[in-house]
Amino acid sequence: MSSTLTFVVLLGTPLLGALVLGLTGGKRWAPNLNVAFSLLTFLAACALTSNIITHGNVVLMQEQFFIDAFNVFLVTLTAFVGLTTALFSRPYMRIEVEHGRVNSAQLRLYHSMYQLFMATMLIALTTNNLGLMWVAMEAATLSTVLLVTLYRTPASLEAGWKYFILCGVGIAQALFGTILLYFAAEKILGAEGVGALLWTHLNVVKAQLEPAVLSLAFVFLLVGYGTKVGLAPLHNWLPDAHAEGPTPISAVLSGLLLNVAMYAVVRCKVLVEGSLQSSLPGRMLMGFGLLSVVLAAFFLWRQRDAKRLFAYSSIEHMGIITFAFGMGGPVANFAALLHMTVHSLTKSAIFFAVGHATQKAGSQLMDDIRGLITLSPTVGWGLMMGSLAILGMPPFGVFASEFLILTTAMKQQPWATPILLLALGVAFAAIFSRVQPMVFGETTAKRLPHPPALVPVFTHLALVLMLGLFIPPYLADWYRAAARLIGGH
Amino acid sequence: MNMTALPFDLQLLNTLAALLLLLSFAMLSQRRIVTLINLLAVQGALLCIATLLLAWRTGAGHLYLSAGLTLALKVIFLPWLLHRLIRKLGVYWDTEPLLNTTGTMLVGVLIVVFSFGLAQPISALASTATRNSIGIAVAVVLIAFLTMITRRKAMSQVVGFLSMENGLFFGAMSATYGMPMIVEFGVALDVLVAMLVLGVFFFQIREQFDSLDLQHLESLKEDQ
Repeated sequence: MSSTLTFVVLLGTPLLGALVLGLTGGKRWAPNLNVAFSLLTFLAACALTSNIITHGNVVLMQEQFFIDAFNVFLVTLTAFVGLTTALFSRPYMRIEVEHGRVNSAQLRLYHSMYQLFMATMLIALTTNNLGLMWVAMEAATLSTVLLVTLYRTPASLEAGWKYFILCGVGIAQALFGTILLYFAAEKILGAEGVGALLWTHLNVVKAQLEPAVLSLAFVFLLVGYGTKVGLAPLHNWLPDAHAEGPTPISAVLSGLLLNVAMYAVVRCKVLVEGSLQSSLPGRMLMGFGLLSVVLAAFFLWRQRDAKRLFAYSSIEHMGIITFAFGMGGPVANFAALLHMTVHSLTKSAIFFAVGHATQKAGSQLMDDIRGLITLSPTVGWGLMMGSLAILGMPPFGVFASEFLILTTAMKQQPWATPILLLALGVAFAAIFSRVQPMVFGETTAKRLPHPPALVPVFTHLALVLMLGLFIPPYLADWYRAAARLIGGH
Repeated sequence: MNMTALPFDLQLLNTLAALLLLLSFAMLSQRRIVTLINLLAVQGALLCIATLLLAWRTGAGHLYLSAGLTLALKVIFLPWLLHRLIRKLGVYWDTEPLLNTTGTMLVGVLIVVFSFGLAQPISALASTATRNSIGIAVAVVLIAFLTMITRRKAMSQVVGFLSMENGLFFGAMSATYGMPMIVEFGVALDVLVAMLVLGVFFFQIREQFDSLDLQHLESLKEDQ
């Protein structure tokens, strides 16, 4: 199958899914249909990947879309987590319906927006046009706002409003940054040519772009997309949005949307660094990253809600990734890409386990969730192992990437190493001391009307374990190629 | 700059830019929500006229399209939608802003000075006839931002948000004669969808709280 056709299937499936589920999403079999659409998307992503492996990078549809080493693995990861989350959401949403928290109209909205959200993320990842990337990022926010407020509780409405307005304002900054980028590019590439916002064209001429304009553009782009990454101090919307929506949405927001926003930041950084010929963009990323890690680690101590706890942990990990991309160079970039992968897999697995745990306890407060291991050992062990993995315990993959980041930091930015180690230690103590009583001890949990979805949890954890022990050679080659592409000092 | 030496259409464009800025200040001090929406519509209309003038001046076909888009979306549809929403929801007045009006206006003046400073290097590099308006565009964006942070009612914040988008649009026009058409369509689509989502959202908020005052939406704190 040609790359173009596969690509059309990849983007077309979730869009069609949004339409079909918008009409039928409230039916009994709709969750299965949601899984079917996600599976087709994932198969298309796999086919596209194998095409890329044999034929190399491609540019599609009058250069508006492109696939290279950096985005191809993120596309596959997004489609994969999209599929497993759809599998998890099947029993999860059925239980929510039984508990009377959602009705069939809300379920229809949920399924339709789920597919639309997948489509916007895939467009943001594959588009070559930085303007379209902005459009897709904003569309990703819009498609999830009504999902965050799905339960219509006061807290969820507040979270939804915060999400909408903060990300809206943030992304407006990114639009200004994009305009400035276009302004600088138009001087070199010409306004008539369509190339002035195309990343592949910009990447060729990046050394000629006006540095003064690009440094200003980067400030706006970093603040704008950084808001969506959840970088401190722009992270305010994130814990609320992750805690108040349905858990499958928390899993994809945390596991996928943050990655996509991170991807946008890094794409812009490559251009700006090429123009400035200095380490200023890298230093800005390191600063934001470090601040996020430290702030999140200390805020972890104050959390009482299980989903907020892991939302803060996402801020911490995004901070680590931002810091690593800020350092730049082949090893740090490799580690950052690996960390993006393992964080995405681990965090969504944790949210799956937490989702069923909160359904069993009937509450999201950690004090109410006790002794999971006695009633349902699998959910308990899933949560425990996921937490250990996210805390960077060997032999899980997070350990490998954090270890690489820390050793690179020791070599390149020795001043930052103690700060990182301290924050990681604080985060470890905070999360472990909360999760331990949730898993062990006396139980108060009740049985669920549907068997919990355990396959997604353990598939993710197995993959993270594998990535900690052994990275398949083709995956390592990809990471290396992407790390070269991102460059840096 | 000698104004009389400028061709008539450029003088007109500069006047429009100045009017845009004045409107931003009017919005900053306006507490009646109906008037706020009308001001937003006028701002959209000015933007549309400016785009048309620029299209005529440069002969760029995509600017005509973009002017048509502005007319349809920002002058007609969005104000109509917002008016309909406030009629249905019955919110007509915003409460006293968080900072009093005089103070806000003073901050606004400082913002204008800052914006011109910020835009200076960009204006110096720009080759468009409208490059002197870039500072005004930045000022419109920042004043809209100020409007958003000093208001309590959700509706005023949304108007501020749209005014910010107007400023960005004007900035893109002044600096580069607009973005590529595909991007402008995308942005317009996003704004449209955002407003529709908001419409749904407002009814949810009102159903829950019987009010659109954002004070109700301040219970989620860090330590929860």
